[in-house]
Amino acid sequence: MTQRVEQFEQALLALDQLAAEEILASALKDKSPMEFVEQVVVPALERIGDGWEQGGVALSQLYMSGRICEKLIDTVLPPKDSRRKEQHNMAITVLEDYHVLGKRIVYSILRASGFTVKDYGRTDVAGLTQRANEEGVKVLLISTLMLPSALRIKEVIPKLNDGMKVIVGGAPFRFDPDLYKEVGADMMCKNASEAVEVINKVMAGAS
Amino acid sequence: MTQTTMTSLQRVLTTLGHQEPDRVPLFLLVTMHGAKELGLSIKEYFSKAENVVEGQLRMRAKYRHDCLNGLFYAPIEVEAWGGEVIYVENGPPNSGRPFIRKPEDIKTVEPPNVKESKCLGEALKAINMMKEKVGDDAPIIGVAVSPFSLPVMQMGFDKYIELMYEQPDLFNLLMKKNEEFCVAWANAQLEAGATAICYFDPVSSVTISTRDMYLKTGFEIAKRTIARINGPTATHVASGRCLPIVGDIAQTGTVVVGTSVDEDLAEMKAACKGKLTVLGNLNGIEMRNWTPEQTETIVKDAIAKAGPGGGYIMADNHGEIPWQVPEEVLLGISEAVHKWGRYPIEI
Repeated sequence: MTQRVEQFEQALLALDQLAAEEILASALKDKSPMEFVEQVVVPALERIGDGWEQGGVALSQLYMSGRICEKLIDTVLPPKDSRRKEQHNMAITVLEDYHVLGKRIVYSILRASGFTVKDYGRTDVAGLTQRANEEGVKVLLISTLMLPSALRIKEVIPKLNDGMKVIVGGAPFRFDPDLYKEVGADMMCKNASEAVEVINKVMAGAS
Repeated sequence: MTQTTMTSLQRVLTTLGHQEPDRVPLFLLVTMHGAKELGLSIKEYFSKAENVVEGQLRMRAKYRHDCLNGLFYAPIEVEAWGGEVIYVENGPPNSGRPFIRKPEDIKTVEPPNVKESKCLGEALKAINMMKEKVGDDAPIIGVAVSPFSLPVMQMGFDKYIELMYEQPDLFNLLMKKNEEFCVAWANAQLEAGATAICYFDPVSSVTISTRDMYLKTGFEIAKRTIARINGPTATHVASGRCLPIVGDIAQTGTVVVGTSVDEDLAEMKAACKGKLTVLGNLNGIEMRNWTPEQTETIVKDAIAKAGPGGGYIMADNHGEIPWQVPEEVLLGISEAVHKWGRYPIEI
C-alpha cells in the first residue's frame, strides 16, 4: 500500500489525472472506495501537505492535488453516497474577505477524504451565524487571510448554537499560534492537510 | 564614520553598500497608523494625498525611523484597473470581487494609463509632496505589485493557479499586460520622487511556488520587469519564505530582499552576504501583544543576528504593520533599535 500511496502522490504532484485514475481503478479491484480514500488519498494528501510545510511542494500543487482527488472520489463516492464517512454536519466559509484559496483547498481535501461539507462561500458575521444555526451545523470551519477578518470571529462564536465546534485556519493563525484562543475557536489548522485530523480530534472531544 | 550621525538616506545607502552605518536602519512600514494620528477614518485618510503625507511625516518624527512609505494600500493598483476596493474600520483596504471573472476576459482587459488614473494620481501626488518635504534626508519607498502576483487580486488566487496550469497562452498574455503596467507604475513613482520601489511578489515565495516553478515563471518575469524599472528595487515576498531562492532573486537585479519570520535571520544574512540587503523580519501579527521586555529582546536578537557588517534593515515581516499594533510597541521597537543598533554592534 505504501508504494501505491507514493505512486498516487507522484501522480498528483505531476498533475497527472490519468495516472491517478489508473491507480484508483487498479485499487478498486480489491478495495472499497472508502478504503481507497482512507488508505491512499488521505495519506497522499497528508504527505503533500507536509511537503508544503517543508518547502518542497508549492501551494499551487497542494491546491491542484486536492481538486484532482475531489473530482476522482466524486466519481466513485457521489456526495450523498451512504458509503461516505459518518457525517458531522459540517460547513466551511471564508469570513469577510475575498481570499478564498485556503477555504477552497480545505474543502477539496475534506471532500476527497470522504466527508460531506457545505460550502457557504464568502460570508459576513450576521449571514454566517444565522445560516449555521438554522442548519444545525456541528462543525464550522472558518478561513481568513486578513487579520481584521480573523478578529471578527470573536463576534461570530458567541452567537452560535451551543455545542457547535469552530475550527479556524489561515495566515494570521499561522503567524500567531495563540490567536485561535483569542478569538474563541476550539482548534486551528496550521495547514489544510491537518483538517481531517483536527476535525476527528474535535469531534472525539465532543462525544 | 560610525560615531557621526547620518541622515536616514545616508544610513540606508551605507547599509545597501554592505558597510556599517552609524546604526541599523529601521523601516516601520506603517500605512494606516497615520489615520489614527490625524483622527481620521482609514477611508477618509486615503482619500487625499495631503493626509497621507502628513501622516507619514508625523510617524517618522514620532518613531524616529528611516523612510517614508509611499504605499496607500495594496489594492490601489486593482482599483486603477477598474476593480473594487473594500474599506474596513480596522485594517487595510482589501480587494473586492475579482474583475477578471473568466480567463477569456484577459483578452479584453487593458492596463490603466498611470497618468490618467485618479487613485494612482493621488498616490503620485503624495510621493511628490513627500519629496518636497524631506528632500534627500530620507528615502521614500514606492510599491509596485509584481506582474506575477497581481492576478491574485485581479482574478482570485484559485482561478489564477488554474490559469497557470491549464491555459498557458492566456497566462502569458496577462503577464505581458501586467508587465507593461508594473513598469509604467514603478517608473511614475520614481519620477514623482520615490527613492526606490518595493517589488511586491508574494507568489514567487517558496511558500507559494517551488523553486523550479519560480525559475520558469516569477524569476523570468522579475528579470524582465526589474531591468526596465529606472531605480533600485527591493523584492518583498510578504510573509512568505524565500531563503532557498535568494541566490536567484539576487540575479533579478534587485538590491534588497524581505524575509519571513519563518526563516532564521542569521541564515538569511549569510545567504545574502554581499549580494542582497536583508529586510525584516519582525512578526507583525504577534507584535500586537508584545510586552516591552519581549519587544526589546526580539529587536535585540534580530540586530545581533543580522546587523553586523551592514546589509540589514530592520522591518516587519509582511511589509505592512497591522492597525492593531499599539503605539507603545512601535515606540518600543524604535527605542530598542536606537539603543542596541549602534555600530559597532555590541550585543
